[in-house]
Amino acid sequence: MGETFAIKILSRAAGKKVREGEILFVEPDYILTHDNSSAIIGKFESTVPGGRVKYPGKIAIVLDHVIPAASSKHAAGHKKVREFVKEQGIVNFYDIGTGVCHQVMPEMGLVKPGSIVVGSDSHTCTYGAFNCFATGIDRTEAAGIWITGRTWFKVPQTINIELTGAFTAGVSAKDLILTIVGDVGAGGANYMAVEFNGPAVGGLRMCDRMTIANMGIEMGAKIAAFPANSETSKYFENMDLDITDAVWSDFDAEYARTLEYDLENIVPVIACPHQVDNVVPVEKMAGLKIDQILLGTCTNGRVEDLKAAADILRGEKIHSSVRMLVAPASRMEYLKAMKMGIVQDLVSAGAVVLPPGCGPCLGAHQGALAPGEICLSTANRNFKGRMGEKEAEIYLSSPETAAVSALTGEVRDPREVLR
Amino acid sequence: MNVFHYPQSDINTDLLFPGKYTYTCSTGPEIIEHLLEDLDPSFAGAVQSGDIIIAGENFGCGSSREHPSLGLKHIGLKAVIASSFARIFYRSAINQGLLLIQSPEAVEYYSEGDVVAVDPAAGEVRVGDRVFSFPSLPDEMLEILKDGGLLSHIKKQYTRGDGV
Repeated sequence: MGETFAIKILSRAAGKKVREGEILFVEPDYILTHDNSSAIIGKFESTVPGGRVKYPGKIAIVLDHVIPAASSKHAAGHKKVREFVKEQGIVNFYDIGTGVCHQVMPEMGLVKPGSIVVGSDSHTCTYGAFNCFATGIDRTEAAGIWITGRTWFKVPQTINIELTGAFTAGVSAKDLILTIVGDVGAGGANYMAVEFNGPAVGGLRMCDRMTIANMGIEMGAKIAAFPANSETSKYFENMDLDITDAVWSDFDAEYARTLEYDLENIVPVIACPHQVDNVVPVEKMAGLKIDQILLGTCTNGRVEDLKAAADILRGEKIHSSVRMLVAPASRMEYLKAMKMGIVQDLVSAGAVVLPPGCGPCLGAHQGALAPGEICLSTANRNFKGRMGEKEAEIYLSSPETAAVSALTGEVRDPREVLR
Repeated sequence: MNVFHYPQSDINTDLLFPGKYTYTCSTGPEIIEHLLEDLDPSFAGAVQSGDIIIAGENFGCGSSREHPSLGLKHIGLKAVIASSFARIFYRSAINQGLLLIQSPEAVEYYSEGDVVAVDPAAGEVRVGDRVFSFPSLPDEMLEILKDGGLLSHIKKQYTRGDGV
């Protein structure tokens, strides 16, 4: 039997053949942290007072979660991070406005195909789009890796997801991953790796792969990975990066489970409150009145996502009963969207553009919900209380569904407009 | 000793600790005020050292925030017994030195009012009149747990002069 991506990449890191279930210690190539770095600094300093981080060059810090600072307490946290990176010689520091960490990491060339990345954020799994073994850890573990340079992994079993066909009009990567999460369930891939295989994978754009890998954690997955191919090479062509160290599973790799999806059969779907795996076709929820729309975040805040919405909203007006917030995933994506006139289209239609960052996704600022309000969001989580109010409801959809729904203030199937 | 019973599956980290507080509360005392706020508003006022939580499948899914595990450890919670745990939470609990017991049988058997006792060394949990055994952690994790969490473990290695 052949080997999975997880076995191969962890074997290489461990310098020996590993098997599923084995525990091994490895040195990750990068350790990402964000606004939570200020708390991690506190842990670091109390563990090794006056100490130095082991590998300053492997640490990446992005301020993105509550930016600009929403209070002096948040500001003090940011200040502490800025001082620490100077003291410790951490060069991969990206201050407010650069973007959401999961967009910034690839943009800065820190997600080399075939590398291992950990981050104190559960959506670190996004870099699986670039053929990384990438997974989330807590703050304490990040502090530990700053000190020791290493951590442990249990070699996971793998779920294989075979993709064939092509999306039909009005359907996109978000609909696919929501459908998969709905089928597998919130814990269905717990402790496991997920691989995407099949003839349709090559045709998925990097933005699609990122949307899909980003939500691997919503089914509990440790990692969600794609093979590297010409799309991956193209993404990195203006950086000092290539795919020569990429790793992929053997054709006869042994999987715990294989699921098959024909993209042709995927329809627009929506995840209903308060779980991401509570997925139904959009047409079932048609007519539901919404108060707020959030377009953006690390799941769907790239220029392709903004364009998909702008193509629907161009020359139109957002319905007066709904407010629409747009959070570009990064400054680079924002600039691309400006150059293409997309920002002009969205703002003309009535949208409010937020700084590149996490925006209201985690409920800390910028567009928190009132009790009883309903938000349609292109983000990755609809947990109770997620956007700051437990008596509010969050529905998750694609950018296309969000944009057509903005026109009427009610949930609508994008295929009514896109044919 | 109180038992807090939350039988539903997929209790996520937002329910255990709302995201809106994640960057303003980082220490044990700050965290415990908001623990389980959107799941059971009475929990924070009622929970005491030595108490136990019993929960269903995939406990702690979602965010990588460590506030739930850190806060529960700070209170002195004896253990969380669940049918299964989400992986980041599981790791985080080890990092904080919080005991997690995966025992779907014990969770299934529990009914309100049962006395629950945990013996980590023996790998046993008693629920009412029955004893269930649970598998021991791998040595690497056990050592971290024994030292009271990852950073105490690392500190100990430093002071022993093992280097890291």
